[in-house]
Amino acid sequence: MLLSSFKTNEELAARPPTWLPNEPTGANYASLFEQLDFARYFTNSAVVAGLVTVANLVFCSMLGYALAKLSFPGRRALFGLVMGTLLVPSAVTLVPMFVLMSRLNLVNTFPALILPFAAGPFGVFLMRQFMRQIPDELLDAGRVDGAGEFYLFWRVAMPLCGPALATLGILTFLASWNNFIWPLVVTTDQEMFTLPVALANFATDPNHPEPGVLMAGSAVLVLPVLAVFLVLQRFFTRGIAMTGLKG
Amino acid sequence: MDRQTAGELPLAAPPRVTTATAGARRWRSLREALTGYGFAAPYLLLFTVFLAAPIVASLVISFTDFSLGAIDDPADARFVGLQNYRDLAADEKFRSAAVNTAYFVAAGVPLTMAAGLAAAVGLNSQVVRFRALFRVGYYTPVVMSIVAIAVVWRYLLDVDVGLLNNALEAVGLPRVAWLSTPGLAMPSIILIAVWRNLGFAMVIFLAGLQGIPQETSEAARIDGAGRWQEFRHVTLPLLRPTLAFVAVVTSAGYLQLFEEPFVMTGGGPVDRTISVAMHMYEQGFGFFNLGYAGAIAYVLFVAILVLTVLQLRLFRSAT
Repeated sequence: MLLSSFKTNEELAARPPTWLPNEPTGANYASLFEQLDFARYFTNSAVVAGLVTVANLVFCSMLGYALAKLSFPGRRALFGLVMGTLLVPSAVTLVPMFVLMSRLNLVNTFPALILPFAAGPFGVFLMRQFMRQIPDELLDAGRVDGAGEFYLFWRVAMPLCGPALATLGILTFLASWNNFIWPLVVTTDQEMFTLPVALANFATDPNHPEPGVLMAGSAVLVLPVLAVFLVLQRFFTRGIAMTGLKG
Repeated sequence: MDRQTAGELPLAAPPRVTTATAGARRWRSLREALTGYGFAAPYLLLFTVFLAAPIVASLVISFTDFSLGAIDDPADARFVGLQNYRDLAADEKFRSAAVNTAYFVAAGVPLTMAAGLAAAVGLNSQVVRFRALFRVGYYTPVVMSIVAIAVVWRYLLDVDVGLLNNALEAVGLPRVAWLSTPGLAMPSIILIAVWRNLGFAMVIFLAGLQGIPQETSEAARIDGAGRWQEFRHVTLPLLRPTLAFVAVVTSAGYLQLFEEPFVMTGGGPVDRTISVAMHMYEQGFGFFNLGYAGAIAYVLFVAILVLTVLQLRLFRSAT
C-alpha cells in the first residue's frame, strides 16, 4: 500500500506489476491534501480521538476509583451494570442517538462525535482492576492528614496507575481513530468527516477514484496508529492480555 | 481513632462517647457514599444518556413507524405493534443479510480462533526465532482501520488491476473476480477478516498459554503423550476459559460485520455480502425507516446475547 501510494497511475496499471515505484511521486498525497481536504479530516479525527481519550481517562478512572476504593450502597450492582454493557452492539444505540442528536441540533458537530464515546465500560473495568492493587493504608494515611477524596484520587491514586492509564489511553485513542459507523451516521457535512468516513466516502464514489490516491488515503489513516503501535506495543498486548485473563 | 466531629465534647461521659462515635461513623459512611456517587456521576450521566436510554428507546422505536418526519415531531410516529418485526420476517433482503452474517460468523470465528491459536502455540514454543517480530507482524492488522484495510484489499483483489490477479496471471493462472463472483465474495471477506483479527486471538491465547504451568506439560511428556496428544488433552482443556473469552468477543464483533461489505462490495454481488448491520444502516439512514432499523438492530442485539449465552454454556458444560 505504502509503495503503491508513491506510484503514478500508469505504473499502477502496468503489467507485470512493479515492486518498487520507478519514479516515486508525491502527486497522490498532493491530491489528497489539495483536492480532497484530507488535512481537515485528519484534524477532525485527531480532535475527536484526543478528546474522547482524555474524557475516558478521567471519567473511567473516577468510577474505577469509586468501585475499587470507596464503599457505598449499590456498588456491586453498579459494577454489574457497567460490565453488562460491554457487549452491547453499537447498532442498538445508533437510531435513538441519531434522533437525539438531531433533536438537539448537534448533527455535524464535535459534541455529537465525542460525547457518546466519552466514557466506556472497558475503561471502568481496567481502572477498577488496577486501582484495587493500591494499598488502602496509603489512602487512609492521606485521609488522616485531612486530604479530600478527590485530592487522594487525583494526586495519590492516579499517579500510581501510569501503566493502566497508558494502556487505556492508547486503546481508546485507537478505537476512536478507527471508529466508523457513528461518524458515518452523524456527519453529513463533508467538513465534519473523520478520516475513515472521508476515505470510505471517496472509495465508494461511483466515479472510480484513482487507486494511487486511495492507497495514499489509506496510508494517511493507518500510518499514525501504526507508528504509535510500534513504539508502544507492549502497552497494547499487556492491556489486552489483562482484560482477557481477568474477563 | 475516629476523627472527632466539631460539636463533640472532649470530656463527655463514656456512654455519650459511644453514641457520638457511632454518629460519627454513620456520618462518615454517609459521606463516603456521597463521595462514591459523586465519583460515579459523570460516568453515570454519560452512560444514561448515551447507552441506557438509547437501548430502551431503540426498543420503543422498533414498535413504531418512526421516520424522518418524526425527528422534528416525535408525535408523528405511530405505534404499529409488531409490524416491523413481521415485515422483517417477509423481507427478502433481511433474510439474505441474516444468512450472510451467519455464514460470516460460522466460518470466520472458528477460522480466526484456529489461526490465532496456531500462531500463539507457534510463538509459545521455543523453536521459532524472531518471536517478537512475528508477534508484531500478526498484531499489526488489528490496530489498523478496517476501512483502510477494506480499501486496500478491494484494490489488491480487483479483477483488472489488482496485484493478486497480476500475480496469478504472471504464473499462468486465470484472473479471478474475487469480489464480484457470488460464490467468492463472502469467502474473500472472511479470509480478510481472519487475517485482520487473528492477532487479537493470538495475544489472548499467548497469555493463556503462559498461564499453564510447565509441570503439567512435563507430566504429560513423562506419561508418554505425544505433542498432539498433549495439545489435545492437556493444553486445550486448560485453555477453555480463554477459548470462551475469545469466542464470545470475536462472535460479538463478527455479528456486527459492516465496514468490509460497505467499502468492498456495497453488499453485492446480488446481495451475497450484505450484512445485518449494513441492512440496518441502509434502512435507517438511507431510507430513514428508523422504526424498521430499530427492529433490525434489536434482532442483532438479541442474536449477540443468545450466541454469548450459548457459547458460555458450551464451554462450561464441556468441562
